[in-house]
Amino acid sequence: MNYHWNWKIFWDLTPEGSGTYLHTLLVGLMWTLATALAAWVIALALGAVIGVLRTAPRKWAERFCNGYVELFRNIPLLVQMFLWFFVLPELLPKHLGDAIKQMPPPWASYVPAVLCLGFFTSARVAEQVRAGIQALPRGQRMAGTALGLTLPQTYRYVILPMTFRIILPPLTSEFLNIIKNSSVALTIGVIELTAAARAMQEFSFQVFEAFTGATVLYILTNIVVIYGMRWVERRLAIPGFIGPAIRTGGH
Amino acid sequence: MAMIEIKDVSKWYGSFQVLTDCTTSVEKGEVIVVCGPSGSGKSTLIKTVNALEPVQKGDIFVDGVKVNDPKTNLPKLRARVGMVFQHFELFPHLTVRQNLSLAQTLVLGRAQREADERGLRYLDRVGLASHKDKFPGQLSGGQQQRVAIARALSMDPICMLFDEPTSALDPEMINEVLEVMQQLATEGMTMMVVTHEMGFANRVANRVIFMDAGHIVEDAPKAEFFGKPRSERAQQFLAKILHH
Ligand SMILES: Nc1ncnc2c1ncn2[C@@H]1O[C@H](COP(=O)(O)OP(=O)(O)OP(=O)(O)O)[C@@H](O)[C@H]1O
Ligand SMILES: [Mg+2]
Repeated sequence: MNYHWNWKIFWDLTPEGSGTYLHTLLVGLMWTLATALAAWVIALALGAVIGVLRTAPRKWAERFCNGYVELFRNIPLLVQMFLWFFVLPELLPKHLGDAIKQMPPPWASYVPAVLCLGFFTSARVAEQVRAGIQALPRGQRMAGTALGLTLPQTYRYVILPMTFRIILPPLTSEFLNIIKNSSVALTIGVIELTAAARAMQEFSFQVFEAFTGATVLYILTNIVVIYGMRWVERRLAIPGFIGPAIRTGGH
Repeated sequence: MAMIEIKDVSKWYGSFQVLTDCTTSVEKGEVIVVCGPSGSGKSTLIKTVNALEPVQKGDIFVDGVKVNDPKTNLPKLRARVGMVFQHFELFPHLTVRQNLSLAQTLVLGRAQREADERGLRYLDRVGLASHKDKFPGQLSGGQQQRVAIARALSMDPICMLFDEPTSALDPEMINEVLEVMQQLATEGMTMMVVTHEMGFANRVANRVIFMDAGHIVEDAPKAEFFGKPRSERAQQFLAKILHH
């Protein structure tokens, strides 16, 4: 192979004149994080609601939410991305659809990408929330109810605080997933980190350096996330608490 | 008027009948012990009193309020009926103090300070005042159950339900919980207690109810029950449990 390595390429200016290649990658990283974080907010909020409704004593809510989870889990992410970007504006009332299509450049791609990743991940979060709630001893809900708490109060003050603690590790992986999955947004025009690396490679022909740079940035991001979540886990740890798995039935 | 009144109550899980025409009542200040073999419906019966389990037939009244009436405000009613569970069911993410005050503030609308004060008073009564800032996981089973009793008492209940409060405890911790319960009975609390602690029943109960396969087979004053139960099933049950 006759490849000309050039690690200094990161400090070269891009032909667009917008700065160095490193700068291009960092801007890409910024868009990756902006997409992932905004989508994560949607995923957590929707996922919590859907996950809770799947365990609530309402048959119609349970059925609706099961359908929701299956829908978003079973369609490939890439297809969902296209549906949000190309198909949704056509299905909406004309003035709304046009308004979406005519949003100025990064936003016309960014908004559908965030919605897509948010909804996609919310189905996965909902599944974790449901599993977490069902892993708690049934007596907890009964104790809340017996004290006179309403069902929403029982969820808010008794069930969910424990649920989120025990599902913190799987939520961490979902958060890492959403960062990785945000690269799919490049297919609808978001210049996030992977797209930035591809642009760098196209202009500079330094394909290995470009994608090595992207890889290192993804890894650094993951390390930050993992340490961040460890910190959260430590902060939320309950002295003396061993976990719900050891509890057994008998009511 | 009885404090708790259970009239012709039947309950089914699908086609399986758990309770069949159960009728009994608990007067104000009375202590009733409910016993019977596993699966006979003791827990189910006691949980119908505060509507944790709905019934399909019959009526239940607590302090004159019909429990199985759709118009009854259940959270309000439940707040006045204390309940203690086999597995304590303290909230593990809250400190003892927070466990005691949570429902007081949310359900009774008490200010945090008032709720804390009252909670700590009952914590002191069960002998655990010094543990107020611990989490449930840092307490022994017996201590947790005493906190659970204090939590129920902090709501100023008009009666208390206990579902096998000592059967998940190591033997050496059973007495500390039974002592708290006995103290409570002495003070005139109305209590319905599912337990196999026949010593406790003998010391504290006014009446004993024996259940079998969803039926209340025996409902007799303590002396009569321990003297000579009428039904053969109760005799066998007693013989087995006393020679244990
Ligand atoms: N949610 C449920 N669905 C179906 N059957 C149930 C349910 N809960 C309880 N049962 C059944 O109802 C019967 C009575 O149960 P219950 O828990 O009231 O018995 P128990 O007398 O308290 O027994 P134990 O001494 O083991 O606690 C049992 O046969 C049990 O299997
Ligand atoms: Mg039981």
